[in-house]
Parts: sequence; C-alpha cells; structure tokens
Amino acid sequence: MSRISKTFASLKSNNKKALIPFITAGDPSVEMTKKILHQLVESGADMIELGIPFSDPMADGPVIQRASERALANNVGIRKTFEIAKEFRNTDQDTPLILMGYANPIEAIGFDEFLRLCKEADVDGIITVDYPPEESKEYVGKLKENDIDAIFLLAPTTEKERIQQIIKQATGFLYYVSLKGVTGAQNIDIDQVKHRVAEIKSLTDLPVGVGFGVRDPETAKAVASFSDAIVIGSRIIQEIEKSNENNMLENISKIIKSIREVI
Amino acid sequence: MDNYNFPDQNGHFGPYGGTFVAETLIEALDELKEMYNQFKDDKEFLNEFHHDLKHFVGRPSPIYFAERLTQKIGGAKIYFKREDLNHTGAHKVNNTVGQALLAKKMGKPRVIAETGAGQHGVATATIAARLGLECVVYMGAEDVKRQSPNVYRMKLLGAKVVPVESGSKTLKDALNEALRDWVTNVSNTFYIIGTVAGPHPYPMMVRDFNSVVGKEAIGQMDELEGKQPDAVIACVGGGSNAMGIFYPYIPYKETRLIGVEAAGHGIETGKHAAPLTANSPVGILHGNRTYMMQNEEGQIIETHSVSAGLDYPGVGPEHSWLKDTGRAEYVAVNDDEALAAFHNLCKTEGIIPALETSHAIAYAEKLAKELPKDKTILVNLSGRGDKDINTVANIAGIKI
Repeated sequence: MSRISKTFASLKSNNKKALIPFITAGDPSVEMTKKILHQLVESGADMIELGIPFSDPMADGPVIQRASERALANNVGIRKTFEIAKEFRNTDQDTPLILMGYANPIEAIGFDEFLRLCKEADVDGIITVDYPPEESKEYVGKLKENDIDAIFLLAPTTEKERIQQIIKQATGFLYYVSLKGVTGAQNIDIDQVKHRVAEIKSLTDLPVGVGFGVRDPETAKAVASFSDAIVIGSRIIQEIEKSNENNMLENISKIIKSIREVI
Repeated sequence: MDNYNFPDQNGHFGPYGGTFVAETLIEALDELKEMYNQFKDDKEFLNEFHHDLKHFVGRPSPIYFAERLTQKIGGAKIYFKREDLNHTGAHKVNNTVGQALLAKKMGKPRVIAETGAGQHGVATATIAARLGLECVVYMGAEDVKRQSPNVYRMKLLGAKVVPVESGSKTLKDALNEALRDWVTNVSNTFYIIGTVAGPHPYPMMVRDFNSVVGKEAIGQMDELEGKQPDAVIACVGGGSNAMGIFYPYIPYKETRLIGVEAAGHGIETGKHAAPLTANSPVGILHGNRTYMMQNEEGQIIETHSVSAGLDYPGVGPEHSWLKDTGRAEYVAVNDDEALAAFHNLCKTEGIIPALETSHAIAYAEKLAKELPKDKTILVNLSGRGDKDINTVANIAGIKI
C-alpha cells in the first residue's frame, strides 16, 4: 500500500479528513521552504503538496504565480525541488509528499531522469497540471511501474464519461477543482461542489480531495463534510508574503491549526 | 507530402501539437472542436465568412510585382501578397473574422484575445465592435508601453485592454492570462487566439481561416506569371501568416516554402526569437508541443526581437512538423538586416512594411540575388508598418 493510501486509511479509521497544504519549492527561499515543510507537518498537515516552480503556470492565479516567480529568482527549478524533497524525506519518513508541476520541466530533464529523482527523494505522488490522460499514457505507465501515484484533476466541467476514463488511470486520490477558474479564486459554491463530489464518489473508491478555492476554516469544514481531503495553497502563500522570517512559521502554523481543528 | 493530412484527430502534427492543458479547459476545447467541425464546411457559415472578408476586410488582397526592388537586387522577380492592404493593416484580421463569427454562432457574447504588438488585439477589437461583442484584450505590461498607439486604437474600438504584469510581461504572459480568463468565464466567453499555437483545435483553425491568403495567391500567380513561384517567403513568430500562405502551397512541390524567424541580436548571442533556426529543444507551452526556447530545466526563457510580433519563445506546432519533414525551410534574419529591409522598401516601393514583415523581405532580397532572373519569389507582405514608426524613429534617435 502506498504512503498516500495508508494515510487515507488511517485517517478514515479515526474519522478525520486529510489536510494537504501546498507551497512552492524555493519560496521565499530554499532554507525557509525546508523549515516550512516540517512546520506544516507539526501543525497538523497529513500530506504535503510541493510545487515545482515554472515560468508559465497557466492554471494558477496571481498568488501562486508570484510564488513561482520568487522561487525562480532564487534559482530553484525542478532539480532543486528534488533536493528539498530529499532532505525532507531524510527527516520525515511518514508524511506523503506530492509534487505538483507542469509538463515542460519534466520533459526537459526527461522521464527517466525524473523518475530516478522521484525514487531518490522517495516522492509519493505527482500532479502534472497540463498532462491530461490522453496525452500522458506513457508517462503515467512509468509512474505506476515505479509505484508513484498519478493524481489527476477533475473539473466542474468534466463530464461523467470522462470522469470514468480518468478514474481508470488515476491512483492515490482524485483532486476535484472546486470552481471554474485558477488557484486562489474566491467564492466556491458549496452545494455545487457537494453534488459533484458525490457524483465522483459514486463512480470510484478512490479518495476525493477538493482544492482551488478553500481559504478559511468555515469553507474547509463544509467541504470536508463530504470529501476526503482539503487542499489549501494560495492562502498559505499569502501568509508567506505577509510575514517576515521571524514570524512566518508561526503565522503559517496558525492557519494550519485553525483548519486542522475543524476537519 | 502527397497526401498531407494534418493534424490527426487529436491535433497532432507528427510528434507536435496536441492538447496539453489543465482539466479545467478540456470541456471548453471539446465544445470548440465540435462546433468548428460542424461549421467549417457549413455553406452558410462560409458564405458569411467570405462575405465579411470581401466587404469588411477588402479581400482579395492584390499581388503586386515589386519592379523597382527587383531591378535594384538584380535577380529573381519579387512579388508581394499585399496583406498590408487589409482593413486593420495585417493578415491577422482574416482569422479574427472567422473566430468571431464562430463565437457568434456559439452564442458567446464575450470575446477575449492576447496580443503582442497589438495587431491581433486591434483586429479582434475591430470585429468585436462590428458584431456587437464585448471584448477584453490581454497585453503584456511591457508591450503596453511599447505599443501605445495600438492600445488607444483598441480602446477607441470599445475593447478593454488589460496590462499583464506577470512573468516577462510580454506576449507569452498575455497568452497565459487570457487562458486564465477563459477558464474562469468559459460559459460566456470565446477565446480568439491570434496565432497558429495554443491547444488543438487552434493551430488548425487559425491556419484554416488564414489559408485564404495562399488560396488567393495560387490563382493570382497563375494569372500573373502562368506558373507558381519558385519560393514563398513569410516571417514566423507564432507563424500564422506563414501557415496561411504555406498551407495551400504544400502540394506544390516545386515551390520552396521558407519561414523567416527573428534572429534579434544574432542566434549566437542567445538573444533572439528563432526556436526553429536555433534548433531549440522540443517542449510544451500554451497547450501544445513544439520547438521552444527554454533553459536546461524547462523554464521558458526571454526572447528578443526588434519586432514585438515575432517576440515569442515557441512557434506553431505545424511549423515544427514542416521543419522536421523538410517541406519548409526556416532561416533567421537579425534586427539590423530587418531594419535595413524596412528602410529599403519604404524608399524603393513606397510601402512601409511592418517590422515583422521586414524580416521576410530581408531574406527575399538575399535569395533573389542568388537566383536567375527567370525565377520568381512571392513574399507574404503580412502587415503595414505604421504601428512601427515610433520604434524605428527611436532606433534612429529621432523624436516624433
């Protein structure tokens, strides 16, 4: 059983939902990213999504775009991301680590090198934003051969037949995008999300996580009542932007704890 | 190339093209594919399209023999396909007329576009005004500064221009931002992409709408010369004007197809916008796989060209395929050579060409010199240069 599946199973037996924070590797600096990763776990994160910086993150809103730009300014790309991941894994053997990124940096270093780095850092899952299933058969096959979960996005506009196709390829969990838009957008329609998550869950036993518009404990609580995981990204990155090095860990911890308490 | 039939059903030109987008865009692209397939051979739709091209754009555009330029060079005969004489001053309008009509058929009241130099933005704003559609144009903040007359033109036409502050603040970032808008407003919005890039079906659709240029040229050259040209030359940024004239010529094997990229300060300096000529690695950006200027870790790098319209790190995927198959050749012309060709054409033929187009003219001059007088070259004169006079004056140190 993969680390991700194990985590979901154990949460389920405790009647808890997974809290999955997202940060971008190298934002605001390599050193701070390393500290934030451990702080997230300490404050109650069950898994972590680590963003691979990319120059053209077209599915992300302004907050995560800025995080990518700061990371790139620190010369953090895909290789440095793996260095950070590896160091995290050296001191934390339990928390699943999921990389989220775009196809171009992965193709630039090549699938084989990418997989070697994944194994070396003991990464658990990958979300490749701009690899829809029909364009990524070879890649997903290789991930599976290497016991790395291939996590796919499902959108509010994804039709049932397509959901069924995607489920066949997906492992680990499914990531439901709660709104039509980019990461960090406002105002999700809870009822609509509930309806859609129920539809997805009727088609699969895979856990379903929800992200893209979850910013506060109230929304998190409501969404957690009918899903298996909450992904929270832009809200944490805003905290990175607002804080200085002295209070950053504490400020991030507060947000994580406030959500941990209610889901 | 006898039975050239690309892209395939999934938008692939050999290994290039495709649909590399987030799941959030898939449904919108599926809808677009379906509607385009329904309308592309629809008689009524095509009648409307050609009616607008004739009466609103002013097609067919003439082919003009550049007699004085030919004499000056002293080699092959140089002809121009005069896309600069279209309404709004460039080939861009052919495609926007097509896509805006499709938007109207699909019942989308709002259109969005990205623009670099502003030509595609102006063409989109123009047709949106004509059809009564709301129009929002995304433009890199750097380009907004460089191209202020076109910004004002778009505003006069009723469009909202949104400066994009992310990334390098140029065309590629404007495209990212337009995609983000589309994802968010997908139910009421049609995204009019300005070049033969983007996810399937855009590279095919934009090519098809622009191929009116090549189709006309084949008839016109037959009439003027009784034969087809030995070479067809067009500048390539994303590559829409080049695809528009190349595509109908693909079966004419005796005609060389030559795409001219922007060498900027020179290929060897790395400050250019010529991914095909420089043999850049293949990558994925804006929904398709193609040759792409990037660093070793797959970050897209900044490009340079004196011409904002060629300042793009990728290239339409069909050009990548035509390069690999050898059906088209790609070369590059630097800033200085393009500027020299610009000035030369102004004084020799009384035509102020766009700086983008000047790259194609510069290469046509080189090639004409090497060829005997009984050979003919057809250059796609893709746009007029009124928009560039500030840039040219600045380079000359003149304030206007």
